[in-house]
Amino acid sequence: MSNVFMGMPALPVFGDGNLHIEEPFPAAAHRELGNTQMRANLRHATHTIRDKRLKVVAELPDWEELRDAGSATKDLVMANLPALLEEFEKNFTARGGIIHWARDSHEANKIVADLIREQNTTEVVKVKSMATQEIGLNEYLEEQGISAFETDLAELIVQLGHDKPSHILVPAIHKNRTEVRDIFLKEMPNVDPNLTDEPRLLAMAAREHLRRKFLSAKVAISGANFALADSGTLAVVESEGNGRMCLTLPETLITVMGIEKLLPAKEDLEVFMQLLPRSSTGERMNPYTSLWTGVTEGDGPQNVHLVLLDNGRTAALADKYGRTALNCIRCSACMNVCPVYERTGGHAYGSTYPGPIGAILTPLLTGIKSEENSSLPYASSLCGACFDACPVKINIPEILVHLRGEDVDSKRGTKKLPTQMDLMMKGAGWAFSSGKHLALLEKGLPFGKLAAGRDKKIKRLPGIAAGWTQSRDIPAPPAQSFRDWWKKDHTPVAPTHQQEN
Amino acid sequence: MSAKEEILSRITAALHDAPNPGPVPRDYRTTSDMAEAELIELLVDRLEDYKAHVDVVDAPGLPATIVERLKDATSYVIPHGIDERWFDAADTRLRIDAPGAVLSVSELDETSAVLTSSAVSVAESGTIVLDGTANQGRRAISLVPDHHVCVVPVSSIVRLLPEALPRMDITRPLTWISGPSATSDIELERVEGVHGPRQLDVIIVKGL
Repeated sequence: MSNVFMGMPALPVFGDGNLHIEEPFPAAAHRELGNTQMRANLRHATHTIRDKRLKVVAELPDWEELRDAGSATKDLVMANLPALLEEFEKNFTARGGIIHWARDSHEANKIVADLIREQNTTEVVKVKSMATQEIGLNEYLEEQGISAFETDLAELIVQLGHDKPSHILVPAIHKNRTEVRDIFLKEMPNVDPNLTDEPRLLAMAAREHLRRKFLSAKVAISGANFALADSGTLAVVESEGNGRMCLTLPETLITVMGIEKLLPAKEDLEVFMQLLPRSSTGERMNPYTSLWTGVTEGDGPQNVHLVLLDNGRTAALADKYGRTALNCIRCSACMNVCPVYERTGGHAYGSTYPGPIGAILTPLLTGIKSEENSSLPYASSLCGACFDACPVKINIPEILVHLRGEDVDSKRGTKKLPTQMDLMMKGAGWAFSSGKHLALLEKGLPFGKLAAGRDKKIKRLPGIAAGWTQSRDIPAPPAQSFRDWWKKDHTPVAPTHQQEN
Repeated sequence: MSAKEEILSRITAALHDAPNPGPVPRDYRTTSDMAEAELIELLVDRLEDYKAHVDVVDAPGLPATIVERLKDATSYVIPHGIDERWFDAADTRLRIDAPGAVLSVSELDETSAVLTSSAVSVAESGTIVLDGTANQGRRAISLVPDHHVCVVPVSSIVRLLPEALPRMDITRPLTWISGPSATSDIELERVEGVHGPRQLDVIIVKGL
């Protein structure tokens, strides 16, 4: 790396936008769990995709080698980010593209709105993009009098249903086909009133609805899946052809991309374009991938812009235990395999990024102290399924534990009195520090039995331990401890080797 | 400080304690040897799985197959660099898109089909790459018409993606196509036919 760091590290600058959760995860999860229709939809969808992913991954004899290459490539990118960004900018600019840099969501939104206004239009078409979701671009444009039309089918379902995305790949995963049909019938102008809930017909209705928009739009907005530093090339991976429409037909194309999306060179695509489609939709390859390098005369948009977005990414990069979260390629495999996500759905996470990756990425981008984001690292049973599924091997469970530590540490300094948890941990430390201490505590077991009463169950523990008994009972403790029972039942066989202290 | 300078300095500060990562291990498959017949069989299997229609023909049989595939088209567009033996210049349904004589978006929308060649294909994933050269045309012509007839010369087929990338000029506008347009957005089940061409006919040509 050519950059030499001198002096004290600066304080990280955190991101903003649709990343701050307003409700702690447990409360939101509790509410979402009550939605049985959503739970059934999610169960169906996540199980479908899991099976598909496993099947296509098993086809490749070198899947693990591809994961190793993907992971190492991303580590290399992060370590050389300043040089790669400069190289990308030079190449993209040399081919007629224009680069803008945005420190945060507000700056990015303003750049995009100004570029749209320059084209004298108040309508834009959009390709699905997590970055623009994160910065709240649609909401900002609406305030500025600009209508942004989402063209991805799932985004369209969410937008027409006045809903929020609940998954990064399939934002309407929480809706089943009948619910989608109902939204179309209610919100889509000129829709066939006899529309059934057959997915093929629903897709056709979306095609009819958006066709005119595509053919007449002057400005399109996209995200990007990859950017190649050595050529200045951008790539968008999609299925429906809405991406191709947006990237090809309008005169102006504005792409918003996080700074971490870079890859060093063309050959890296051979790794990531095998990892991404199989991990995300469980396909050998997605139907369409578009690559463009600046402006090509006579083919596609002639006014091409890219907004490079920080919005907390540099803060995540500054966390030495958490920085690999930026290696994420947004495939969504982790949420599809997560037992917590499968039950609570994406809305419970309250951020643009739900699921296991969201539970680490969101607090890393905003800082652990932001609003209720400190509850996110606890949204996991630490089972590790996400780590196994991750195509770039992000150790999500390890980062979750690290962030839980950050949360505890950040609260430690702010309270004058020790909390119940502090006292319990102190007590546990004393009890487990010596056999004698433990033996003394175990003399209390018969009282536990007494507390359990006739049905031999403790139904409610006091204080914060009540959270544990909220959804389960504790069986009555035995009358004597294991150690007492052992002492009474077993006479030492070889007393010569016995050493009593 | 400009936004660029500030972001770059934030990154540099963030990385002050970052370890130097090692080289990227590339132990995945980058070469293969597969006989032509197997390669064709693999590509056909993948494309049919995507619900594309596939013909495998010898070079002399290509023009007749193209006629057959386009028989229901009310009109069709070809890029200016298509081999002139592949089409009948007297066909009244034919429209040629050339630099300086491009079809407008609405003209393309009224055109029912498009005939193109292709640059390189990956058998293992069923992927056909268009690179905008003269026998493939600009991106819009293979996007707006609802029916795409795509010619794949056997010499352009490789087994693996790592074998295909060296054959691509990455700075050209590239479109990788793996089947007709599709979506998995409703209950994560794949449905063919959304905004891109809903019908994809692939003609694999031996001896080309």
